[in-house]
Order: sequence, then C-alpha cells, then structure tokens
Amino acid sequence: MKVLVAVKRVIDAYVKVRVKSDGSGVETQNVKMSMNPFCEIAVEEAVRLKEAGVATEIVAVSCGPQQSQETIRTALAMGADRGILVQSDEALEPLAIAKILKAVVDKEQPELVLLGKQAVDNDFGQTGQMLSALLGWSQATYASKIQKADGELTVTREIDGGLETIKVKLPAIVTADLRLNEPRYASLPNIMKAKKKPIDTMSPADLGVDAAPRLSVVKVTEPPARQAGVKVGSVAELVDKLKNEAKVI
Amino acid sequence: MGSEDAELEQLIDTVDRFVEQKLKPREEEVERTDRVPDDVVADMKALGLFGLTIPPEYGGLGLGCYEEARIGMVLGHTSPAFRSVFGTNVGIGAQGLVIDGTEEQKQKYLPGMASGEIVGSFCLTEPETGSDAGSLRTAAVRDGNGYRLNGTKRFITNAPRANVLTVMARTDPNEPGARGISAFIVDADTPGIRLGKPEKKMGQRGAHVCDVVFEDAFVPADAIIGGVEGQGFKTAMKVLDRGRIHISAVCIGVAERIIADAVGYAKERRQFGKAIAEFQLIQAMLADSDTECAAARALVLDAARRRDAGERITKLAAMCKYYASEMVGRVADRAVQIHGGSGYIADYAIERQYRDVRLFRLYEGTSQIQQLIIARELLKEHD
Ligand SMILES: Cc1cc2nc3c(=O)[nH]c(=O)nc-3n(C[C@H](O)[C@H](O)[C@H](O)COP(=O)(O)OP(=O)(O)OC[C@H]3O[C@@H](n4cnc5c(N)ncnc54)[C@H](O)[C@@H]3O)c2cc1C
Ligand SMILES: Cc1cc2nc3c(=O)[nH]c(=O)nc-3n(C[C@H](O)[C@H](O)[C@H](O)COP(=O)(O)OP(=O)(O)OC[C@H]3O[C@@H](n4cnc5c(N)ncnc54)[C@H](O)[C@@H]3O)c2cc1C
Repeated sequence: MKVLVAVKRVIDAYVKVRVKSDGSGVETQNVKMSMNPFCEIAVEEAVRLKEAGVATEIVAVSCGPQQSQETIRTALAMGADRGILVQSDEALEPLAIAKILKAVVDKEQPELVLLGKQAVDNDFGQTGQMLSALLGWSQATYASKIQKADGELTVTREIDGGLETIKVKLPAIVTADLRLNEPRYASLPNIMKAKKKPIDTMSPADLGVDAAPRLSVVKVTEPPARQAGVKVGSVAELVDKLKNEAKVI
Repeated sequence: MGSEDAELEQLIDTVDRFVEQKLKPREEEVERTDRVPDDVVADMKALGLFGLTIPPEYGGLGLGCYEEARIGMVLGHTSPAFRSVFGTNVGIGAQGLVIDGTEEQKQKYLPGMASGEIVGSFCLTEPETGSDAGSLRTAAVRDGNGYRLNGTKRFITNAPRANVLTVMARTDPNEPGARGISAFIVDADTPGIRLGKPEKKMGQRGAHVCDVVFEDAFVPADAIIGGVEGQGFKTAMKVLDRGRIHISAVCIGVAERIIADAVGYAKERRQFGKAIAEFQLIQAMLADSDTECAAARALVLDAARRRDAGERITKLAAMCKYYASEMVGRVADRAVQIHGGSGYIADYAIERQYRDVRLFRLYEGTSQIQQLIIARELLKEHD
C-alpha cells in the first residue's frame, strides 16, 4: 500500500507567538519553525505501517515556501521514502491545500492519505475533510488507532466523551489525533541519510491548481490578558461567589 | 541557508529536543542515584550520539570539528554527566583509532563504537604522572609476538563500563621521554587487567572514573595503534587537540544554561520591593557572564572552522580549553552569588553545576598546562 503523508511547516509549538504590531498576522521573522506536531504523528503512523509490512512506500508532501523542504527532510529522516514540495510563497488556505493535495493524489495514486487533524498555526482542521470531499474518498478523522484488514481500515476516533470505531473502505483519508502514537526522534544517522532521498519540487500552477486566497484576514489580536484573581476568606464565601457572581454552579 | 547548513540545523534541533525533553527532566535522578539510567543510555544509542565523530564508513556521522562543537554546546545545556556516557566514544576513547589506527583496527572497533555497543576509554594519566604525561611509566615489554603491560592508570573516565582501552605505555625503556611511548588498543577483558573502585568525585555524579591496573596483561603486537612503536605520545596529543575544542564547546553550553537559569531566577526573586534583576550590581554579573560566554563561543567556533580547513590549531585549541573552562567557572560562581543563599542549597541546579564545572579546568590538560602550550607556541612563532 502506497501512503501519502501531508506535512506542514509551522511555528514551533514551544515558541511564544507574538502578534505583529499592525494586527495583520503573527511574527514569523527569526522564529523557530518545525513540523506541525499532528503531521509528525501522521508521519510516525505511516512509518509504523511500513515497518509492519502494511505500507510499501511513503511519500511526504508539503505545500508552502522553499523552506518547507526542511520539513520534508524531517519526514524523510523519520522514514518517509521520498518527498514532494509544492512551492508557493503565498499563504495557502485549507481549500487551496486540499486542491493541491488532490492533484498530487491523482498523480501518485496512493491508497491512503494521512494528515494531521489540524495545524497548530491556524487551527483550521479542514484540510483532510476537504480533500476527502474533492476526491470522493472515505474519511476517518481524529484517529487514535488504525488497523488494516483487506481493502478496509478499522479506525478508532476520538470524539466528545469517548471513542468511536469505524470501518472505511480504501482508498481513504485519515487525520491523526494526539493519541495515535508518540512520534520517534529521527536518529542522527537517518538525518544524514535523508539528504540522499529525492524531493520533487513543483508549483500549484504545474498541477493546474488555482491557489489564490478566498479569505482575507481582517484582524489578529493577542488573547485578552488574564484578570487578577481574588482571595476568598472561607469555603462558604467561595461557594457563594461561584454561585452568585460567576454563576458557574 | 545551504543544504549543509539546513542539515546541521536539523541535527542540532534533534539533539536540542532530546536534551530538553529526555535529559533535563532526569538531571536530579542522575545526581541522586549517581547513575545515568539504562533507558537513557539506550535512547542515546538509538539517536546515534556515540558515533558523532566516527567516519561514516564505520557507521558514524563523521562530523567535522565545527559541527561537533555546535552539537557539544547543545549537549552542555544539561548535566555534563550525560555527555560523559558517550563522550569517550566521541573523543579520547575513539579518536586515537580514527586518527592513527590501521584499517584492520578501525574495522574491528569503530562500527561497535559508533553504535555504542563498544565503550572506549583513554588511559594516559598515572598515579605519578598527570600533567607530565610524557614521562609515564606503564611498561610494555616485548614477549614473543606481543607485549606484556604492567602499570597503573588513574582517573580513567568510563573505565567501569569500557570494553576497549586506548593505553599509552612505554615500549622503549631506554627512552624516558615522549618518544618511548606507544599507544595500544586493548580489549578490556584481557586477562591481567583489573579495575579499581570508582572514585568519589566532587561533581558530575553519574560519570565514573577508576584506576585501571595492568599486571602482566598480554596484548598482541598488532594492538599498537598505527602499527609503529614510539608514535603513542603524538597520537595522544592529536587526540587531545581535537578533544579540547569539544570540551570547550561543552563549557560554553553549560555556561549558556547557567546564565539562562540565573536570569530566570533574578527576574523572579524580589528584594527591597523589586526583582533583583533590576539591581545594577546583579546586572553587572549577568553582563560579564554573557560577554565572556559569547567571547568563548566566537573563539571556539573560529578554532573549529580553522581545524576543518586544515590549519594547525594547537595554540588555538589550548586557548579555547583555557578560556572556556575558566569562563564557565566564573559564570557558575557568579550564578551562585545571584541565587543568594539558595545557590548553596541542592534544591537549585546551580549548586550542582558549580561543582560539575570545576572539572573542566583540570582534565584533558589543566589550565596551567594550556598556558604553557599557548606560551610555547607563541614563543615559537617569534623565533
Ligand atoms: C574526573 C576526571 C576524569 C579524568 N579522565 C581521564 C581519562 O579518561 N583519561 C586520562 O588519561 N586521564 C583522565 N583524568 C586525569 C586528568 O587528565 C589529570 O588529572 C590531569 O591531567 C592533571 O593531572 P594530575 O591530576 O596528575 O595533576 P598534576 O599534574 O599533579 O598537577 C597538579 C597541579 O600542578 C600544576 N602543574 C603541573 N605541572 C606544571 C607545570 N609544569 N607548570 C605549572 N603548573 C604545573 C597543574 O596545573 C595542577 O594545578 C581525569 C581526571 C579527572 C579528575
Ligand atoms: C548555609 C546557610 C546558613 C544560613 N544560616 C542562617 C542563619 O543561621 N540565620 C539566618 O537568619 N539566616 C541564615 N542564612 C541566610 C543568609 O544569611 C541569606 O541567604 C543571605 O543573607 C542572602 O539572602 P538571600 O538568600 O535571601 O538572597 P537574596 O537577598 O535574595 O540575594 C540574591 C542576590 O541578590 C543580591 N542583592 C539583593 N539585594 C540587592 C541590592 N539591593 N543590590 C544589589 N544586589 C542585591 C544579593 O547580593 C544576591 O547576590 C543562611 C544561609 C545559608 C545558605
């Protein structure tokens, strides 16, 4: 089974993000960038499927600027076999990315596409679903467990208040949730070897995709600062305040 | 950014993540138990840390001196005892073979050293000869198709776990100086080799040193590194040249960590109604520490680049070791001061770090020995 994994380059999850002073977005200059953590989980799952003899080839795809190559290299170091960079210096919206991925899927004909459930930069959580709609493929989102049995996947999904297990026919789209696995560290020798693995570069236009934005960002603001707390003198006072002021109980 | 740079950044990033997520949370455990846990050692092997400097033909990463220094700085961000686990395989315990070994010797040992299956130690120092290593006494006496080794080696890092030893011994009893010394690569389980008890050290708990005693230990003639007698001291000095850059880089990493911790403490701790970071006397200590650390960093990266470019860097390497190890000593002392009474209490990492860094000024050549090397080279330049 050939597996395509989508990987996104985002601001490192441990960086404290700052909003630009003009409110047009967030500072990305001189900020550490990494692979989106949910994409890492997706790559790890693909590598595990390959180690288990289920997947035969793993292709890592990233849509974004030239530097997204580094994100692809990380996937290659973790165990992906080759990479595809669809290069665009424009900000790409979920729909544009889904269209690009569809074009790549048409070319590559994988049986399974793995994505993160969302990217931690914009928290859209839409790309996998849109891709599934564009392809007309089955989808299993928020996966915490994946098993393959002839022609089908059994996927456990994380849903509000519990787990749901579903079966989907292949080819399929699966988006990875936090508990699907714990991604490995790419070993240092594998990082060195990854530079010998091929990465194809193309543009959205090469794939015949119009990636022009449909959304415009009106304003980006910092979350409101936390209000100072109050000290209460007794449990009775606390209960009273929760009931009558905060109205939470 | 070129692809080489991008790759180095990726290596650094990976090591940084490992240090922050896997090693830092275990520092106190290592201090308390005087042991680096087995699962951490297994993770270090899986990550490839044992093979940083071993050439790719033998399964390592074959990092250049600059790359090694950059990684060494990141490794310095946690307790130096962690680095010590694989430090001898990266440095003194393997470089003798890498630099001067025969092809057979490399084939035999380096792949296992790169994977971490084989741990190497470097046996130069003796009870009677430390700084004056050229007059060491351990004897290698010809016996049939090999040699018999007799003598004691002292303070040998990782000897309690070592599988293979680089041993400097005197093959020419009539030559009392450096030219009478040969370097041997010796299996640690050779009959006639006995280990002393691990020493109780001031700091770097979790890293162990002990005596290695040779009593009529037989080694075959082909155990001489490079196959030629009398080259051992030169081999040892070449190993130490590169090792000095590595140690210096670690000193810089430790200093960076200590400075970051001290800044964090100074911003939180309030006296006289203000964060102590607002007092200029505290700021002066932080400014001096950061400046000296940056100077050491620039010096070390310059020396490393020059070595990679093929320059002879004996003087620069000694300067790096001298300056960086003394620098981190001053930085740690100031950081204790900034912590006030808490700096003297084991709940704060600085109490441990202050003891840990003391070693850097002593081993792989004391500060005084570095000064002698720098002056000797300087005087030669003006001959
Ligand atoms: C934790 C630890 C790990 C070690 N690991 C290893 C290892 O793996 N392998 C190994 O071979 N060795 C190792 N050593 C030994 C270390 O390299 C020596 O301790 C060091 O070289 C100093 O030698 P010494 O202790 O005999 O001190 P000495 O040489 O006795 O020095 C005592 C003092 O005299 C000064 N001095 C000596 N000669 C001169 C001079 N000519 N001019 C001015 N001052 C001078 C020194 O600078 C020092 O201040 C280790 C030591 C320690 C503590
Ligand atoms: C082993 C030990 C035994 C002790 N025994 C006793 C005891 O028996 N009885 C007792 O009462 N106390 C005792 N102490 C407490 C000791 O006296 C204090 O730790 C010391 O006065 C420093 O106070 P601090 O630790 O709160 O540091 P802080 O006052 O927080 O100082 C932190 C740093 O800020 C600096 N600083 C503070 N204010 C200024 C300023 N205005 N300008 C510039 N720099 C400033 C300090 O010099 C220091 O470098 C003991 C401490 C220890 C470690």
